[in-house]
Amino acid sequence: MKKFINNVDHMLTESLSGFQKAHADLVSLHFMPNYLTRKQKAVNKVAIISGGGAGHEPLHAGFIGKGMLDAACPGQVFTSPTPDQMIAAAEAVHADKGVLLIVKNYAGDVMNFEMAAEMLPFENATVLTSDDCAVINSTFTDGRRGVAGTVIVEKCVGSIAETGADLASCKALGDKINAQTASIGVAFTSCTVPAAGKPTFEISAFDIEMGVGIHGEPGRKRETMREADAIIQEMITAILTDLGDRTKDAEVLLLVNGLGATPLMELYLIFNTAEKCLQEQGITVARSLVGNYTTAIDMAGASITVCVLDQEIKTHWDSPVHTPALRWGV
Amino acid sequence: MILQTDFILKAALSIQAAIITHKPDIEVLDQAIGDGDHFINVLRGADAIVSMSDELTGLPADEALNKIAIKLLSTIGGAAGPLFASFFMGMAKNIKQNGGHDTLAIAVAFAAGVQALIKRGKGKVGEKTMLDVLVPVAHTFIFSAIENKTVTAICTDIKTAAEDGLASTRDLIATKGRAAGLGERSIGHLDAGAKSCQVMIQAVCNLVVQPLF
Repeated sequence: MKKFINNVDHMLTESLSGFQKAHADLVSLHFMPNYLTRKQKAVNKVAIISGGGAGHEPLHAGFIGKGMLDAACPGQVFTSPTPDQMIAAAEAVHADKGVLLIVKNYAGDVMNFEMAAEMLPFENATVLTSDDCAVINSTFTDGRRGVAGTVIVEKCVGSIAETGADLASCKALGDKINAQTASIGVAFTSCTVPAAGKPTFEISAFDIEMGVGIHGEPGRKRETMREADAIIQEMITAILTDLGDRTKDAEVLLLVNGLGATPLMELYLIFNTAEKCLQEQGITVARSLVGNYTTAIDMAGASITVCVLDQEIKTHWDSPVHTPALRWGV
Repeated sequence: MILQTDFILKAALSIQAAIITHKPDIEVLDQAIGDGDHFINVLRGADAIVSMSDELTGLPADEALNKIAIKLLSTIGGAAGPLFASFFMGMAKNIKQNGGHDTLAIAVAFAAGVQALIKRGKGKVGEKTMLDVLVPVAHTFIFSAIENKTVTAICTDIKTAAEDGLASTRDLIATKGRAAGLGERSIGHLDAGAKSCQVMIQAVCNLVVQPLF
């Protein structure tokens, strides 16, 4: 395994320190418990806090800043953060209008954020993201996973919070976006968790994992590698099947997200095909985002996210944002 | 027997050692149908408890268990943290109310811990999780204690229940945790959480029947 590591036990700390130094104009870092906040604390708004395991960078700390998150709590790699982190972060960024937690739907994240919410001394609410349509909701699944669609939720909820909206309104927007967003990922390789020292799963040079999760969890099916258009068509079909009637003549946001090791050149190729597939179905891509936004460390692969837009979502997607990973309008 | 903090500390050491010994068994399961971090998380928890021994020495058992719960909650992360923390909190609360003065009382406290864990994780037997070990063990512990079996016999019964519970996970379809969504591909593999619980229970039982000096 070749990674930039000194001592694997210190890797997270060193990375967080470097992140804070690189973005010293935007973020502050606190250790023990670990959390990051905006450098300039906001006042008189709902505090938007998210978090999750490390390994998905820039999610979530990369999205701290005006127009998006107030704080982010990083857990160990692929491991949810713990309640003490969220409680400390909330105490640091609370701005008198309550706290909104944005949580990706995984058992660990849900339970740790739930316990934090129970213990928080402030009014609070939770938005659960569950945009992954690869694992179909049935009696055999514990709901859907939260993946790259989380970025859209964080952007728009962050935006509405800046307007002074109350806790209920912030949550309502987040829940609405989540309900009309669908994602699916595909892996060409596994990821390697540094502490584990070897790939999370085995996959041959001839196969792809359709519906892979952002922790390297196996997805729907192991399939044979084929040309890009065929893979992308399958992914778009899965997404459109999931979104159903919502996409009829709709305007959408198309997010092509790299899982870590796939080059931008390929991500844009994916966007090219995905946009064509959507157009063929009478769907207009009105907003776009391409890049590494919700990674799985070093996985070769990508995910596609489609969010059905309305005027409210467009307004909040377009609004100014100033974070390490996303910046426009400022 | 009476539940004493001294025993709890020795049990933590036994668990830590057993987890390390069984690392290959646990890891291979989590990689087959999980995401490979279960062992690291559980070991981190065991290390954390062992490092607390000075802080815990001399405390009543229920206070020790509570402190362990809070430490685990901030240390383990993932699903295991809240679940194990809830288990120890439930056990602590029961001992505080009823005392851990005899074997049956300890069995009931263990069951109360499992109950709290179930409440937090909203799981049940048959979903291919640690509950497939913990629930049968809780039943067996109480039933064997009711029958006034010897401590040695009870430990044998518990270890068997844990092994049987673990084996039962092989042919279940995972519906919780990171293996869920694998559907039928999760069949044929044991659950890593069930395995680590079986390893821990076995370690504690072995400690009870063969104390070191």
